[in-house]
Amino acid sequence: MFASLPDAAGPQVAVTVDGKTVAVPPGASVAAALLLAGAVPSRTTAVSAAPRAPYCMMGVCFECLVEIDGVAERQACMVTAAEGMRVRRTPRSSSIERS
Amino acid sequence: MSECYDFAIIGAGPAGMAAAITAAELGLRTAVLDEQEAPGGQIYRAIERVTQNHPRRLAILGDDYAAGLALVRAFRACSADYLPGSTVWQVEQPLGILYSARGKSRRLRSRRTLIATGAMERPMPLAGWTLPGVMTAGAAQIALKSAGAVPQGRVVLVGCGPLLLLLAWQLLQADVRVCAIVDTSTSGARRRAARHLPSALMAPGHVGKGLRYIRMLREAGIPMLNHVENVQLNGKERVQEVVVTHGGKDERLGADVVLLHQGLVPNANLGWALRCEHGWNEAQRCFVPRTDAWGLASLDEFQFAGDCAGIGGAHAAEQTGRLAALEAAHRLARIDRAERDARARAPLGALRRHRRIRPLLEALYRPGDRYVAPEQDDVIVCRCEEASAGDIRRTVALGCPGPNQMKAFVRCGMGPCQGRMCGLTVTELMAAARNVAPGDIGYYRIRPPIKPLALGELAALELE
Ligand code: FES
Repeated sequence: MFASLPDAAGPQVAVTVDGKTVAVPPGASVAAALLLAGAVPSRTTAVSAAPRAPYCMMGVCFECLVEIDGVAERQACMVTAAEGMRVRRTPRSSSIERS
Repeated sequence: MSECYDFAIIGAGPAGMAAAITAAELGLRTAVLDEQEAPGGQIYRAIERVTQNHPRRLAILGDDYAAGLALVRAFRACSADYLPGSTVWQVEQPLGILYSARGKSRRLRSRRTLIATGAMERPMPLAGWTLPGVMTAGAAQIALKSAGAVPQGRVVLVGCGPLLLLLAWQLLQADVRVCAIVDTSTSGARRRAARHLPSALMAPGHVGKGLRYIRMLREAGIPMLNHVENVQLNGKERVQEVVVTHGGKDERLGADVVLLHQGLVPNANLGWALRCEHGWNEAQRCFVPRTDAWGLASLDEFQFAGDCAGIGGAHAAEQTGRLAALEAAHRLARIDRAERDARARAPLGALRRHRRIRPLLEALYRPGDRYVAPEQDDVIVCRCEEASAGDIRRTVALGCPGPNQMKAFVRCGMGPCQGRMCGLTVTELMAAARNVAPGDIGYYRIRPPIKPLALGELAALELE
């Protein structure tokens, strides 16, 4: 869905998305890694299993929830990709703490 | 006991950085908490890294972005304590500011607090706006600034506002030609905006820059569809097409990525959670916290600066940050009134100049009624709980006067985003359905924590 500009060449950070390795530039968020990897939809909704993907990239919409290093429902756009990070798209991600 | 700062600033965008520089200069013990890992806010996001390592990206993003480096450097050099990666989830006197950083909840005390949490994009509830591949224009800019990532395939821009044109221009510099810009601003906007032009021309550089972007996009042959009557986004697992109605006819544009934008609104949940008074700003079509010229809120120890106090743009934000810091220093008896006023002269003058552009922009890019309050009943309004425009209208028919009563019937605004994505839409929908002013409808009652917390984090909070 997104591609790196040629000048993004240089040292890269390798993360895995559902087991597949994706190289992203340092400073990229996990949500950016999802977009670069084409890992979209990145989740489905609890209410109707509708497909979703990162929407705002700045922490306000909560559409980018994925599992990162075993911790479920993290905001991918608020986490900087780090070497070796394991990202998993959760097939059915519920809302956080339904009250 | 945790130490007590004189002045805590939440947000390290232009307003927060400028406030910190001024406050530190005046000898206030100052702390700046910010969600991001580096200073700059969304507008100057990743500016240090981009300047140092990515000259092409810097050129693509343009001069206004590059200019942010000076402020970021001055901020880095000032004596304020900078706490990056810190998400504030509650502010409560006398407990202080509760925030999480690196998986732990922490607390910071301050005598005065400045909220400088910036702006977010106004929700744009179109049919199909929840489809993957549909993002905000700002999201694409963030991907470009922080990851050097640009959208691929057929890219369509939908909405109105300077940021949409700027993004189209930036993408063009990056060799991404958008297929079309679909303009949803209200018809007659140009006529209504025209009377604000003389004043706008006094604002340094703004009008000329806008016209230059439009001319370059025209020369590049980017199609612009004006005066559209409706926009719908279709697709299954991802967005596939944009259906634009104009002149009573449907035009179908194939699309892989659709970027939406209809202006900015204050990123306001913290102010609401603190129960600061807000009022409806009709020109900006959003609620803004009630403040005086120094950013003083209705609650004495809090101030607002920058776009979270009403959209004014980065340059204005910087000036309001300075003014807020001067007032804080005055209230903390660090400077007297005469010194405050003398030091305020320059920022006040600059603020006045930069604000001259706003009436023109607000009239020219006023979002159309149907894009802030969808007419079709099945359009999703609350992305988290999938409540629709029809759901909201039904609660009005049941007699609900405002958003908080509505919540008794529909799970709208109760998901993890805490109404950030639906709050203004709900206010506008209920106002239209009841035929009253949005200000009389009001907004959701926001309760802390304003960001969801992992349970373990709370347990780790050290309360001495
Ligand atoms: S994409 Fe909106 S919160 Fe992450």
